[in-house]
Amino acid sequence: MSAVATITDLAVSFATDAGPVRAVDGVSLDVSPGEVLAVVGESGSGKTVTAKTLLGLLPETATTRGAVVLTGRDGRETDVVHVSGAKLREARGRDVAMVFQEPSSVLNPVYTVGWQIVEGIRAHGEVSHKVARQRAVEVLRQVGIPDPEHRIDHYPHQFSGGQKQRIVIAMALVLGPSLIVADEPTTALDVTVQAEILDLLRTLRDETGTAIVLITHNMGVVADLADRVAVMYQGKVVEQAPVGELFADPQDDYTRALLKAVPRIGEGTARAVERASSRPDGWADSEPVVRADDLRIVYPGRFRQPAFTAVDGVSLTIRPGEVLGLVGESGSGKTTIARAIAGLTPVSGGSLKVLGTEMRGAKGRDLKAMRPRLGFVFQDPATSFNPLLTIAQCVAEPLVVHGRAKSAEAARRRVDELLEAVQLPRSYGDRFPHELSGGQRQRASLARGLALDPELLVADEPTSALDVSVQARVLELFAELQKELGFACLFVSHDLAVVDLLADRIAVLYRGELVEEGTGAEVLGAPREDYTRRLLASLPVPDPVAQAERREALRALQVG
Amino acid sequence: MSAAEITPVGTQGAAPEHLGGRGSWFKKLPVVHQVRQSVGLQRGMLIAGIVLVAVFVLVAVFAPLIAPYGWSQLRSLDGAFGAQQAPSAEHWFGTTVGGYDVLSRVVWGARTALLVVIVAVVSSIVVGVLLGLVSGYFGGWLDRLLVVVADAIYAFPSLLLAILLAIVISGGQSNMWGGIFAAALSITVVFIPQYFRVVRSEVVRIKGEAFVDSARVLGTGHWRIMTRHVLRNSTRTLPLIVTLNASEAILTLAGLGFLGFGIEPTAAAEWGYDLQRAIADVTSGIWWTSMFPGLAIVFTAMGVTLMGESLNDLADPRLRMRARSSKVSGDVAATSVEKGDVA
Repeated sequence: MSAVATITDLAVSFATDAGPVRAVDGVSLDVSPGEVLAVVGESGSGKTVTAKTLLGLLPETATTRGAVVLTGRDGRETDVVHVSGAKLREARGRDVAMVFQEPSSVLNPVYTVGWQIVEGIRAHGEVSHKVARQRAVEVLRQVGIPDPEHRIDHYPHQFSGGQKQRIVIAMALVLGPSLIVADEPTTALDVTVQAEILDLLRTLRDETGTAIVLITHNMGVVADLADRVAVMYQGKVVEQAPVGELFADPQDDYTRALLKAVPRIGEGTARAVERASSRPDGWADSEPVVRADDLRIVYPGRFRQPAFTAVDGVSLTIRPGEVLGLVGESGSGKTTIARAIAGLTPVSGGSLKVLGTEMRGAKGRDLKAMRPRLGFVFQDPATSFNPLLTIAQCVAEPLVVHGRAKSAEAARRRVDELLEAVQLPRSYGDRFPHELSGGQRQRASLARGLALDPELLVADEPTSALDVSVQARVLELFAELQKELGFACLFVSHDLAVVDLLADRIAVLYRGELVEEGTGAEVLGAPREDYTRRLLASLPVPDPVAQAERREALRALQVG
Repeated sequence: MSAAEITPVGTQGAAPEHLGGRGSWFKKLPVVHQVRQSVGLQRGMLIAGIVLVAVFVLVAVFAPLIAPYGWSQLRSLDGAFGAQQAPSAEHWFGTTVGGYDVLSRVVWGARTALLVVIVAVVSSIVVGVLLGLVSGYFGGWLDRLLVVVADAIYAFPSLLLAILLAIVISGGQSNMWGGIFAAALSITVVFIPQYFRVVRSEVVRIKGEAFVDSARVLGTGHWRIMTRHVLRNSTRTLPLIVTLNASEAILTLAGLGFLGFGIEPTAAAEWGYDLQRAIADVTSGIWWTSMFPGLAIVFTAMGVTLMGESLNDLADPRLRMRARSSKVSGDVAATSVEKGDVA
């Protein structure tokens, strides 16, 4: 059987304010029926643009060259690049469908999910409402929504994030397309949910023979699902190989670098042990920089809704010079704890002592002495800098606020030192935040966090917005600086592998409660709690053979 | 494939514009920058708007040089002008029922309009921005109160409110500056809620941004956060509202004058007043007394609106038109992968 989609020498450029920019440059790809082709690359590599071209979804500012030929189940061929709007609409849904990244923004909140699926069916030919509804129920059952006859009349907000993504997949599936394009289908989901969605995609491929083009930056997801992999870099495909071959013997330098940059569990354990052994005597008895006792944080309810308890009875300590990794899925309360330590969220119950200051009921004045001893690194480097100040002014801000320097200019020498410490050229101080890449901005953010030489640094998912190769560099820098300056650190992340790289101890949160705490070797090597085990097993590893084994282990865990 | 072939190309190494001195300072001036940025219909609209506004401002500034007579002049050395004279060599636009020269009234009227616009916009910006900033930043009961008051002002017909204020401020009749301030301040009260709401909503949004959190973690004082971090980031849309409000101010001023709450003809020229006096002329075939002040109002309001609308569209990347290249061209932009990361 011939390919369901053939891309030949595709090139796309976009008109921007700074003239045309080329996003895709001479890409050729084939997708065979029933195959999962993963397109991997970092931001700006052109992978999403390539995927959108398959559906003709590019904006008006795009200019396209080359050919993208889709072959439907009935053998009809459509060249997406040159076809008319009407023909393209016919092909969409019937020959090719798309699963988007963020399920909650893809579904229209004012219509029931059934309505949205039926709309897709009725857009392609005269189908009676009854038949279409029957078909919608079937497809919902197929993607594993329990009780579909009843749930079909529910609205999107009545489903969980994972279920919403299942519904989006159902919408893509309902017309039986020969190809589904999935653009980062699991990026917005927690790891445990991600594992379920990947399972679903695999089952669907096996049952319906639909080919899948999987766009992702996550090597673990690739190893889990893909049959063949195309690695994209700077708008070009640099390597194409079957999945086993690619992971076992990558040919291209970039692929090798990308694989090397993926953090793996177990890498940091040795370092943590080494650090632990070099601690001075009596360290364990020293006064902790952070001590939480039965900490409770409640967000007050609004409009007669009950209050929401984000953190419930958490006790933990961070001693001087120690890195505590706080792990959990979305809604586990990890960011809330980080913000409470920085005094951004009020503490409702229990006790939280930070650098000797009790945070419960503390007013702005009480925190004055503690502020300069604490640094904070935010999750999204794009928003954590004032866009109207230069990097040097932003980094100098803590020095100016705490009276160590009169103005940003007077602090420039110290700022240059800091920029050098985070391996940024001094001249970058004169740039504005948007002129730096994500990784550079996050390093500048680290420089700002360290400007006052703090005893405690709180890092809230500092690398989750970054590409893997950039993340690897930032983490390395972070470890180096921590070793050199010896600050204590609360490192919050949803990624177990990242936390493992840096942390001395790891604390696992689940729905606001602390489930498990211990050294990396204890928590990740021999987890005691069910939840930790599930979390660990859900994390896909960038190795297809090992990942197949882990998949089986996870299934056993879920059955047992 | 070797490593050299996959090193970043394109924008790599290019210094940011504000450092490199690429392009002169002239090209970065607010309006000039937008003209260069625009293409097609948007450029046509913008340029038309700019030309009309420029004519308006120039006429207003150089009114003493342009106008052949004073605004309240009834006679020249050759004797009285005479009422309702048709356009002629002495009076290009004819004379009004009161015996004034229409051309001179139109030219001097631009000066009144410009002054009212400036006073109205400046005072409403100062008050509106300050209230919006304080209200949005601190929130609480003050915020709720101010929002309710702003909503209440919205609920009034704006012209009615302006009439009320004109009576309160000037007692209904006035000299030139008294009239200008009365008109401007009555317009101000109508505009303050607009600036207040725009700035407040921006402040509320920016208050939640990570960089403000980051300033709070440092223990930065409220005043410093408000001025250094919040205010400067929340005023981006103001220039657009200013231009749109300027045209509304011109229309409100004309409306006040038309209804008889404007400025006395002996104190200053005012287009709306002239229009009102010309109502009776229309039925008797005297077209010049109403048409020229009317056209002045239309062209000024249209010019300012065109400029405001096009600036608004250009400021929004989603509405901005760009020249599309017919061929696939351009360099691949450097990605977030940094040089040296891949080695």
